[in-house]
Amino acid sequence: MELAGLGAYALFFLNLVGIYAIMALGLNMQWGMTGQFNIGIAGFFAVGAYTTAILTTGPSDNWLGGFNLPFLVGLVGSVLVCLPIAWAVGRITARLRTDYLAIATIGIAEIIRLFFLNEGWLSNGTRGIPGIQKPFGVGNGGYLIVVAAFVGLTWLAVEIARRSPWGRVLRAIRDNEPATAAAGKDIARFRLQAFVVGSCIMALGGGLYAHFVGFVSPEAFRPLYGTFLVWVMLIAGGSGNNLGAMLGALVVWLIWSSTEMLAGLVPTALIGSESAFRVFLIGILLQIILVSRPQGLLPEKRPPMPGEHRR
Amino acid sequence: MIEFIQLLINGILLGSILALGAVGATMIFGVLRFAHFAHGDLMAIGAYFALTVVTVFNLPVLAALPVAMLLTAGLAVGIDQVVYRRIRRVQPVILLIASFATALVLRSFIQMVWGSSNQVYQTGIQLPWRIGPLTLKPDHLLIFIAATVLVIGVHLFLTRTKMGKAMRAMSDNMNLALVTGIPADRVIMWTWVIGGALAAAAGVFLGMDTRLHPVMGWTLLLPIFAATILGGIGRPYGAILGGLVIGCAMELSTLIIPGSYKPAVAFAIMVVTLIFRPQGIIKGSV
Repeated sequence: MELAGLGAYALFFLNLVGIYAIMALGLNMQWGMTGQFNIGIAGFFAVGAYTTAILTTGPSDNWLGGFNLPFLVGLVGSVLVCLPIAWAVGRITARLRTDYLAIATIGIAEIIRLFFLNEGWLSNGTRGIPGIQKPFGVGNGGYLIVVAAFVGLTWLAVEIARRSPWGRVLRAIRDNEPATAAAGKDIARFRLQAFVVGSCIMALGGGLYAHFVGFVSPEAFRPLYGTFLVWVMLIAGGSGNNLGAMLGALVVWLIWSSTEMLAGLVPTALIGSESAFRVFLIGILLQIILVSRPQGLLPEKRPPMPGEHRR
Repeated sequence: MIEFIQLLINGILLGSILALGAVGATMIFGVLRFAHFAHGDLMAIGAYFALTVVTVFNLPVLAALPVAMLLTAGLAVGIDQVVYRRIRRVQPVILLIASFATALVLRSFIQMVWGSSNQVYQTGIQLPWRIGPLTLKPDHLLIFIAATVLVIGVHLFLTRTKMGKAMRAMSDNMNLALVTGIPADRVIMWTWVIGGALAAAAGVFLGMDTRLHPVMGWTLLLPIFAATILGGIGRPYGAILGGLVIGCAMELSTLIIPGSYKPAVAFAIMVVTLIFRPQGIIKGSV
């Protein structure tokens, strides 16, 4: 019984790790490779989750639905709906540098959340959309295979992109924008492309999340779960390194889950609220990582400088 | 028309709270070059410090205000010394993420210590004054006067004291200020003192106007940043103006669109500013 419970928890845990790993990969495209400070992940996450929720659920009077489309169509829909939104956001914020981009993106994410909260005809407001089915009638175990396949595909795509000339231009923009511009690259276009691709990967993660949990409501897309955890994962794992992003997802979820146990050990009278204590711990942990190891667990491997020998 | 004037009064009230927050945020942005994402939660914790003073010593809120300002200023300096100071030289963005983490730590700390339910400084209903068809609570007048006094105080500090001038110099041109021998570390410390104290005041006023809640500061963070950007980054006077404009716009927008979209209005103004006049109304420094 113990073992079975543990196994079930492990399946649940690994599913979430996979979903967050996809989002960390998307963020790595934007921040790790291009240096775009997007803290509006929750917005694209929400767009992806709600799109597939609306496309794949049965008819209801409470929200726009009843399309009953299959799982894969829902996911494709998530990415396709995110595409124009990300493009528009990217265009608006194209000229903004780090801090401004950060403020603008978190604002957009909050507006998207407010939109889903207030437009009840579309999303059933605070009550959310229940009854989103897993594909092919699988349980958590079967779904893990689906998630793992998507993680693998995303990693492959992002890694190919990173090694391609296109990825080299992105990293060049991150490291030295004027020099890249002088080399004749259209910086605005490359940045917009990276932003859109990264955001669509986040929307894919959102779609997978919706099918896994089976229920979406605006609560899930608050900045803490939607944005902050993904950032912690990327920074802890090592930004710029795709394997690091995925390792970060695993490690941070491990820590996040163990804070649950840790919070269970400390008497409630001492900490007031368990969930608050967990957030407190994860915040402190991030500060420690940032202060002691800002480059992350797996730092980015930089190509050797001309004339420098590989060691 | 009456509704318009009433909303304008509410807007000016919200605007003065936003202005107090924005002055601190803009000075931190100007001197340290990063958007301080924990500013809203610094406001909230200031409000809760005052709550403790009010309930423990049974004092009126305005008497608790200086204590809360002092404690929050100390807390802000402490956070800077423990966290931000160590990563100031790494990368500005790491600072930004660290401030995001600080925001979460502060907010969960509030939830752990004071609980996450709504609280008020004084129970019971305050009888509003009726001036013709308009209503005005005595607290509102108090907030407005106290905010004005604080803003004048900041103005005197920035223009009359050596430290204030040094602060403005660093915000204007960091390198030039450093070669003239301005003690950067002390200026940074004073920036946190002022920013923290003003944030606490804004939080206390917000708590007087509405109620205390752990996310009360976080929800105001975006409007505060909007005010900062609208006023021009690193410009305290611009931030005051920006705060009033954003506050009034948010309240008046309820005439046209649902009230739940109020934060979106602040953000829309911010985006338009960023696109058409990125330097702000008064030309910013960053």
